[in-house]
Amino acid sequence: MAEIYVDVRGETCPVPLVEMRKAVKKAQPGDIIEITGNNVASKKEIPMAADALSLAVISIDEQDGTWIIKIKK
Amino acid sequence: MADKTTIIVQSGDMDKLYSALIVSNGSLAMGMEVSLYFTFWGLLRLKKGGLEKGPLSKMHFWGLGKKMMLGRMKKNNVASLERLMADFKELGGKIIACEMTMDIMGLKRSDLIEDIIDDYGAVGTYIQEARQSAITLFI
Repeated sequence: MAEIYVDVRGETCPVPLVEMRKAVKKAQPGDIIEITGNNVASKKEIPMAADALSLAVISIDEQDGTWIIKIKK
Repeated sequence: MADKTTIIVQSGDMDKLYSALIVSNGSLAMGMEVSLYFTFWGLLRLKKGGLEKGPLSKMHFWGLGKKMMLGRMKKNNVASLERLMADFKELGGKIIACEMTMDIMGLKRSDLIEDIIDDYGAVGTYIQEARQSAITLFI
């Protein structure tokens, strides 16, 4: 079980979603994907996408405009 | 209804190609399949070196408006069309080129970016895909 880190700080629509999807594709079942970013819409939309892909969102944290979302494949 | 997005890309305008590719990449990221049908002015964007060549649909002003828009987009870190297209292909998006438009415009397959085109077809190919799509758009 690996942890995969995706940094999309400074990126805007649709790149955070796309980078999340690429990481999910490469991950093995059980892997944790941790996405860090600061695009406001993506904080809401990445969990929406995870839902659509039937993946579990483990946590969503935010500090000073930077959020970290953890997803389990 | 299948989880699929099918878009006719009829416009060759830069901003409209952005709309098409952003909706497409969002669809792919959220687990859908996507097919893009490039026809008429849209097909010109599939010419070798043509992807970024489209004018702005409004306020193009002989290229000045486009230049200003690209400047603002760069400042806001918006991805280039090349990047969006590369992501589109990496996530499994499909591109179909309209054969009739190729005939009208006198374009051969070798004039187009062949390595990103999955199929060449006509209206029947589009209908077959669109009839099973939850999202269909004409841009």
